[in-house]
Parts: sequence; C-alpha cells; structure tokens
Amino acid sequence: MNYLFDPRHWSGADSIPTLIGEHLLYSLIALAIAAIIAVPLGIYIGVTGKGVFLIAGLANALRALPSVGLLILLVLLISPAFPSKMGYILPSLIVLVLLAVPPILTNTYAGVRAVDAAAVDAARGMGFRTMKILTDVQLPCSLPLVLSGVRSALLQIISTATIAAYISLGGLGRLLIDGKAQNDYSQMVAGAVLVALLALFFDQLLAFITRRVVSPGLTRRTIKSASPAEPVKTPVTV
Amino acid sequence: MIKFENVTKAYPDGTVAVDGLNLEAPTGKLTILVGPSGCGKTTSLRMINRLIEPTSGTIYLDDQPTSGMDAALLRRRIGYVIQHAGLFPHKTIVDNVATMPVLLGESRQKARIKALELIERVGLPASFAKRYPWQLSGGQQQRVGVARALASDPAFMLMDEPFSAVDPVVRGQLQDEFLRLQREIGKTIIMVTHDIDEALKLGDQVAVMRVGGKLAQMASPSELLTSPADEFVADFVGRDRGYRSLGFTKTAGAVAIGEEAVIQLGASADEARAKASGAWVLVVDGSRKPLGWAQPELVRGEVTREHLNLSGIPAVVSGTMRQLLDAALSSPSRRGVVVDENGELIGTVTATDVVKAIEAEPHLETAR
Repeated sequence: MNYLFDPRHWSGADSIPTLIGEHLLYSLIALAIAAIIAVPLGIYIGVTGKGVFLIAGLANALRALPSVGLLILLVLLISPAFPSKMGYILPSLIVLVLLAVPPILTNTYAGVRAVDAAAVDAARGMGFRTMKILTDVQLPCSLPLVLSGVRSALLQIISTATIAAYISLGGLGRLLIDGKAQNDYSQMVAGAVLVALLALFFDQLLAFITRRVVSPGLTRRTIKSASPAEPVKTPVTV
Repeated sequence: MIKFENVTKAYPDGTVAVDGLNLEAPTGKLTILVGPSGCGKTTSLRMINRLIEPTSGTIYLDDQPTSGMDAALLRRRIGYVIQHAGLFPHKTIVDNVATMPVLLGESRQKARIKALELIERVGLPASFAKRYPWQLSGGQQQRVGVARALASDPAFMLMDEPFSAVDPVVRGQLQDEFLRLQREIGKTIIMVTHDIDEALKLGDQVAVMRVGGKLAQMASPSELLTSPADEFVADFVGRDRGYRSLGFTKTAGAVAIGEEAVIQLGASADEARAKASGAWVLVVDGSRKPLGWAQPELVRGEVTREHLNLSGIPAVVSGTMRQLLDAALSSPSRRGVVVDENGELIGTVTATDVVKAIEAEPHLETAR
C-alpha cells in the first residue's frame, strides 16, 4: 500500500491519475466502438432472425479468445504499417473491442427476442410502422438486457485493458508490468487495487444509469411516489 | 361494413388457410368467426388489417378495397384487440390507452384525458392509470386492451379471441360488459373465437368455418341452433342444441304464471303450513323479493333464514324460455319463481307450463 499513498506517485508524467486517465480512455473508446457494432447487429438479428449462427458461433468463439496472444499477433501485423504510437494503440483497441462485442451482441439479441410478441403484434395491428415498433416498443423493452450486456462488457474491458501495458502503452497495466519488472510488489498491488476499484465504480455507475432509464414497468420495481404497487386492493374483482 | 369477396390465402408450401371466403359483416353489428383450430378464422381476421396479405380476392372496408391502401394507415382506422391484450409493458396504463390518439397526432395531454375516460368506461378505477401492466390481472389487462382499441373511436374493430385467456367467471363478466358497451357504441366488429357458446352469446351473426378455410354457415345464433346447414355445423354447435336454442326464445307472455302464496321471515310454523302448497312454501322479504323456499314440517317455532333452501334460480319475466325452464327445474318445489325487472315476485311456473308453451310456439322451428 505504500506505493499507492506516496504523494510522488500522484503527480507528474507517469502518475496514477495519468494512468487512470489513459486506462479509461482506452476502455471507453473500445466500449463505444463495440456498442456501435454490437447493438445494431444484435437488433437486426433479433428482429429479422437472420444470422442467428453469428450469436451461437462467433460470439462464443470470441469469448474464448486468448487476449494477450491476439494482442501480440496484431502488433506484429499492424505496427509496421503505422509509424507512430498508433501501431500499438490500434491492436489494443481491437482486442478490447473483440472482447466486448460478444456480451453486448448476445444480450441485445436476447433482449429483442424476449420482447412480448403480443405487444409487437398489437403495435403493428394498431398501425405502427416498422421503425416505430423498433423505437417505441422493441428497444425500450429490450433495454434492461442491452444495458446488462454493456455492463459486463465494460467490466471485462476495464480489467483487460491492463494488457496495453504489455506493448509499452499506458494505463494501469503499467503498474503491474513495471512492478513485476522491478520486483516492486507494492506497486503491483496498487495497480491491482486501482483496476478493481475502477471496475467496481463503473459497475455501480451503470447500475445507477440502468435504474434511471429503464421503465419500472419492465423491472417490476415499485415506485414510491405512486399509489401502492401491490397488485390491486380495490373493489374491482376482475 | 366489412366484406370478403372470394378471398383465398394459400401458402407457398401448398397449405390453403382460407379458401374462397365470401362474407359480409354489416355496419354496427358484431359478426363472429368461429370454428375448430386450423379453420382459417384468425388468418381471415388478420387479412382485414393486412397483417396477412390475401393471395387472391378482395376485402372491402365500406366499399373501398383495402388492397390499395397504405397498410399502416388502414390499421389506424381499425381497433385491434388480441388474446393476451399485448399491452406495452414499459408504459403505464393511461399511456397504453392513449397510444392511438397520440399516433394520430393528438397532444399527449388531450390523449391522456380521453384515455382516463375510457379506463373508467371499461370498468376500471381511475387509480389504475399510473400502474404498469404487470400490476394488473389478466382480466384487467384485457379491459385495458379494449380501452386502447376504442381510444381512437374507430368505426371498425377486430378482436382475436379477446376473452379466451381469462378464467370462466371473469370471461362471463367481460362478455356481459362488452355486450353492454357494444349496445352503446355500435361498432362494426369482427371477432374470432373457438368457443361456440361465446359465439352464440355475443354474435349478431355467426360465421362457422370448417378446416380448410371454407365458410360452412353464416346465420344468426338461433338459426344456427335450430337449422344447422349440415352435419359439420350441427356437430360443432354441439350438444343440448334444443335446450340452448330456448335461450333465444323470449317468454313474452306465452307462459301462464300461477299465483303463489308467500310468507315472510318470522312467520309461525302454523302459518307456513297453511300457506304451503305441497311440501314447500315460498319466503319473501318485505318488498316481495323472493328469499328462498322453506319446508314447514321442519319448522319449530318461527321461520328463520336457516330454513331456507336457496337452490332455485328466479327467472325475470322478460327473459327467455331457457331461463324460465331452468327456474322451474332448479326449484326444490319444482315451481319456478318468476320476478319482474325489480326482482319482485310475480308468481311461479312449472316445467309443464313452460314445455306446453314451447310446444305451442310456432316460431321456434322458423326462427330464421
């Protein structure tokens, strides 16, 4: 713990705040790219039923990916093409994106599939067009599962982003790699603790966001301000 | 009016779901499509709002062929109610009901006011407005489904097994209330059901369909019971046809109602014995509303509620032959209690009286 509370490590070029910043930057960019790919794809597969094999095959195969091995392979392939630091950043991002796509993709797909078919039929029967069914019914109803996919993807990204340090990039992985190299266990523990705290913080943040944006009609949470949510204690019998 | 002209639906694999259907659902009436599963009744319904496109033939909505219309705009003119209600789980009840007005461009606030009215109209308390669908029972959800379909005040309604997912008691209530509502609103409705009793109870006219998507018979409920077109219809309409058809014959003064001596609670055993005819005497309250039958020989002291046999079902004098006959058959004294609209006693009838009236009734055979 000494390393963590040493003021010298909290300012300057390779200080803890800088490392956290880099770590988050990699993580959030990777998450954004993964979501941009996986959410629309998951919706498309869920709505049309086309390409379900992608879910079963590809998504699960990606989960079994050895991230460090892939990272080194990608660096060997990509870095010669880029003179700058980009040759290292790009492979790291690709690995993180590949890790984050499966949970988001499978959850989005499952979320869309799980939307009550009767509600969709009713919407179409009332004259909703396809796009409106998507935006007004299918998306809001699948939101809880989509967000839980994003949540587990972000957890995985934050913990895996440490590998960027393997290829001499920044992030909290620096503390682990450098600590190992210098036999400085205090530094390694500091790195591990910070990654864990970061992951916990974002997990809670996403849980909070989920509570705010998902309709209580879906989570079956009771709303405190409204009338008692216990089903029906009124004179009506039906 | 909704009209089917030679409508066929065939699938690429050769299955014919609906085969040359000709049918007319008159304006303001409730037309029921009924038949065993696989008879194409739901397919027929869904072809009206083009959730399924017919292979050939034309469906007309007030003399306009639907095939040329924009499908989404067509659907917005037609109320749509389905078996499990299909409420939007993420929206409150009031917003569910307000769906159609909002879709048609009304402001959310106005739509909600209208929705609140409808929620009460279908028999739910206004306090339900802010609840979510999961907080309601199946029957309540179905009421919301009906309210949602009515919110845009469409001239037409399609209902696909609207009451079949709830238990029999609730179903009966929903049916009764729906009949009352339809009498007020007079929509042109086509309803699909597999339940012949529901069809006979609700329908102004009933279209019986057979497997293979052909129309077997289109008739009023009483005509279906008294003169089924063929063996399939006769079989489908089922047992107790004769008895059930009495449910469509008004009593309307055809049966002689006998005087019945009555006592009140607290009468002495002697009075009960004096008024009794046979083993039983009818007990009424202060405003001559029947309470039940008592057996004077079991009474010690005075007649109390414990002495009452409640098995008899009183018939309203303006009701049907079936209710009258049932009143006689269910009564322990075998004398059926007849009351007026206010529930006050008029007199009693015997099964023999009712049967005589039925035999003398020429319209029974020619109800068509």
